Amino acid sequence: MSARLLPFAVTCAIFVLAYGLAWLQFPAILSTRVIGNLLTDNAYLGIVAVGMTVVILSGGIDLSVGAVIAFSGVFIGVMLRDTGLHPYAVFLLLLAITTLFGLAMGAVIHLLEMPPFIVTLAGMFMARGAAYVLSIDSIPIRHPAIEAIQSAYWLMPGKGRLTLIAGLMLLTVAAVTLLIHRSPFGTRVMAVGGDARTARLLGVDVGRTTVAVYGLSGFCAGLAGVVFAVYTSAGYSLATVGTELDAIAAVVIGGTLLTGGSGFVPGTLIGVLIMGLIQTYIVFDGTLSSWWTKIVIGMLLFGFVALQKGLVQLRTGDRAARRRAARQSGRHRATA
Amino acid sequence: MDAVLEARGITKLFPGTVALDAVDLVLARGEVHALLGENGAGKSTLIKCLTGAYARDGGTVLLDGRPVAPRSTADAQALGIGTVYQEVNLLANLTVAENLMLGREPRRLGLTNRRSACREAARMLADYDLDIDVTRPLDAYSVAVQQIVAIARAVSLSDKVLILDEPTASLDAAEVERLFGIVRRLRDRGLAIVFISHFLDQVYAISDRLTVLRNGRNVGGGPVTEVDRLALINMMLGHDLAQAESGHRTRAPGNGPPAAQFHDFGRRGRVEPFDLTVRKGEIVGLAGLLGSGRTEMAEVIFGIDGHDSGTAEVSGTARRLDSPRAAIRAGMGFCPEDRKTDGIVADLGVRENMMLALQARRGWTRPVARREQDRMVADYIRRLDVRTPHVEKPVGELSGGNQQKVILARWLLMNPGFLILDEPTRGIDVGAHAEIIRVIEELCDRGMSLLVISSELDELATYSDRVIVMRDRRQVAELAGAEVSTGAIVSAIAAAPQQRTAP
Ligand SMILES: Nc1ncnc2c1ncn2[C@@H]1O[C@H](COP(=O)(O)OP(=O)(O)OP(=O)(O)O)[C@@H](O)[C@H]1O
Ligand SMILES: [Mg+2]
Repeated sequence: MSARLLPFAVTCAIFVLAYGLAWLQFPAILSTRVIGNLLTDNAYLGIVAVGMTVVILSGGIDLSVGAVIAFSGVFIGVMLRDTGLHPYAVFLLLLAITTLFGLAMGAVIHLLEMPPFIVTLAGMFMARGAAYVLSIDSIPIRHPAIEAIQSAYWLMPGKGRLTLIAGLMLLTVAAVTLLIHRSPFGTRVMAVGGDARTARLLGVDVGRTTVAVYGLSGFCAGLAGVVFAVYTSAGYSLATVGTELDAIAAVVIGGTLLTGGSGFVPGTLIGVLIMGLIQTYIVFDGTLSSWWTKIVIGMLLFGFVALQKGLVQLRTGDRAARRRAARQSGRHRATA
Repeated sequence: MDAVLEARGITKLFPGTVALDAVDLVLARGEVHALLGENGAGKSTLIKCLTGAYARDGGTVLLDGRPVAPRSTADAQALGIGTVYQEVNLLANLTVAENLMLGREPRRLGLTNRRSACREAARMLADYDLDIDVTRPLDAYSVAVQQIVAIARAVSLSDKVLILDEPTASLDAAEVERLFGIVRRLRDRGLAIVFISHFLDQVYAISDRLTVLRNGRNVGGGPVTEVDRLALINMMLGHDLAQAESGHRTRAPGNGPPAAQFHDFGRRGRVEPFDLTVRKGEIVGLAGLLGSGRTEMAEVIFGIDGHDSGTAEVSGTARRLDSPRAAIRAGMGFCPEDRKTDGIVADLGVRENMMLALQARRGWTRPVARREQDRMVADYIRRLDVRTPHVEKPVGELSGGNQQKVILARWLLMNPGFLILDEPTRGIDVGAHAEIIRVIEELCDRGMSLLVISSELDELATYSDRVIVMRDRRQVAELAGAEVSTGAIVSAIAAAPQQRTAP
């Protein structure tokens, strides 16, 4: 097992183990119905966490995404209420806006050499503020086209429903996995996250990559906003407070290093599912407060940071061994 | 002359420093051009200005007679200028193949065609007899292998100009020879190659012409055959080299009480058990090829890799040296060979970097008084001739050789009883070289004991009281007193192994 995929393997093992334990207690939890709900309930989080994964892989962070989701809901609500635009047109407009917003943050981060933490924190305030400006009240979102999306699903064996928005989330995970782990762009993201100075000397356009990464995160946040609006049938400027932190937690639990340059996109999906599973368990139990979710996630995060620390140490030890082996073979080559 | 690249009046300013002051560099087709100068002369800066890594503040660059102004290293690559920057400059978190193909990945349907990328990468390395798994992360391999990968990448990118900034610093003799074979082949194909090195032997072996910089200005150059070694050193330093290096040193060899003693000390798979005694005030040299176990021996002694056999005594008391902390507490110091990963803290200033080891030994609750710090730092800046405008300058902004001096100063001013130096003069210019050797000898006269690992055998022979030769992870010879000479070390390294236990 390569040390790179070990965190992912551990995440998967934890998920299976946790699911198994829950199943021992509540056999009903192992059904496609529950799984379908798990995916649907966490669709927006999954999409936004995937965008966050890319940002973190590039060595940055995006704190604006929770606010962007809230803005998206309000924007959709207001546009549908006040204009005659078709929802699909509104969605496209919104995605353009959030993508541009992300691109702009990326440009500021690169051109002004400002820390992503600060720039996206400012972005968070701006997006949340824009949502308030549009509407303070919760706006209902109703439209036949949206109802069609809400009721679209594929019936899985066992009567579970894979909804359209859950499918959209899985599709996003798959697309971004390909983009990051199989495309030249992904290699650039990893390069910038590994060491931006060196990447620049090797001819990587660090600025373009940075801007694109935040643009992608903005797009994902917008898409998550659409999904959240469809899922809740409402737009509310106070919604999804702190979602950016949930997303970061899912990324870390999914085995991506916060320092950038190392990680695996599908791990984030498992991270999201672990968080969703805890919530589902609490619902099944019925007596536990939902705040337990937070506590368990806190403990998991802690465990993962410790695990990664251990792995890094393991790997440096391993590296020394491999370095020796390589030297040895180099010497044999030289004498051959 | 058929000039490929013609740089005129290149000027580069950093806050508080004129790094380059109207420097000219003309490269002819099919030549190897050595770029020389002391640490901080501006060699690396000139390269970075030519390849767009830095924006230049003045001057023109003509490539094949047309003015060019690469604004990024990607532009320079597109123009056919491939570069290996000083230090290994690849990405440790990517695979070997990704590093080699970064920026020109073969694609299929918009995605990277990994199979053909790996095939291409392996083909690029085949020229260097480097048969490694290109799908492994780069940091799985030694610095030397990484260096060769960096060179292979640069070579494959250059159609017109190849720039090598101290490419040989971490290569052994055989690897250098292989590199030179490739450089000659490229030269014969018409490439212009810039070669930067402090190893004058290598400069004379490979170059056709040279350009010398001092303090950011051109001070001379011409065909190699017309500039002899002495004239070259004069040009670089601006004065004669003090005759410190000539001849074996005269002071009495250390014969005080043992400062450190190791019996049957070793670790399986790293270094065979050895016996070693270093006396107070003695300099013991450690010679051998890359991979012979020199660095491993030092790392085991210093507790970086705990030993699994034998005992150690430091200044007469038995010690368990199973971690660097324990070693430091026992009064030992270790200046490692890989300064980029194990050494400098790039964002801290010169003073803080120099004080790190001493402060760590005293513990953070007992800070060294600021005035005391300033005195010590100023002293070492002067003695090692560290070129820095002021003591708070971030070390990352110093030239490569000056960074090395800062690390060396860190350990020297900690003044441990027993100090291990791994390649202390790597990347250091001829002038400072002599200076450093003088400082080392002086410290020994004051009672410090040293174990010095070096690939520069002349240097080792100059100051060592004894030289231990390693091969295949074991001590194979020990030369003492009058036996210590470059020739004797070379023959001990090359001598056929008496007996081989395992293949
Ligand atoms: N990024 C930077 N910021 C400020 N000053 C710099 C920077 N890079 C280099 N310098 C300064 O420019 C001068 C030339 O440095 P350069 O790295 O070109 O030297 P060099 O000739 O390559 O030396 P070496 O042989 O030690 O590698 C030095 O005085 C150095 O301190
Ligand atoms: Mg340099």
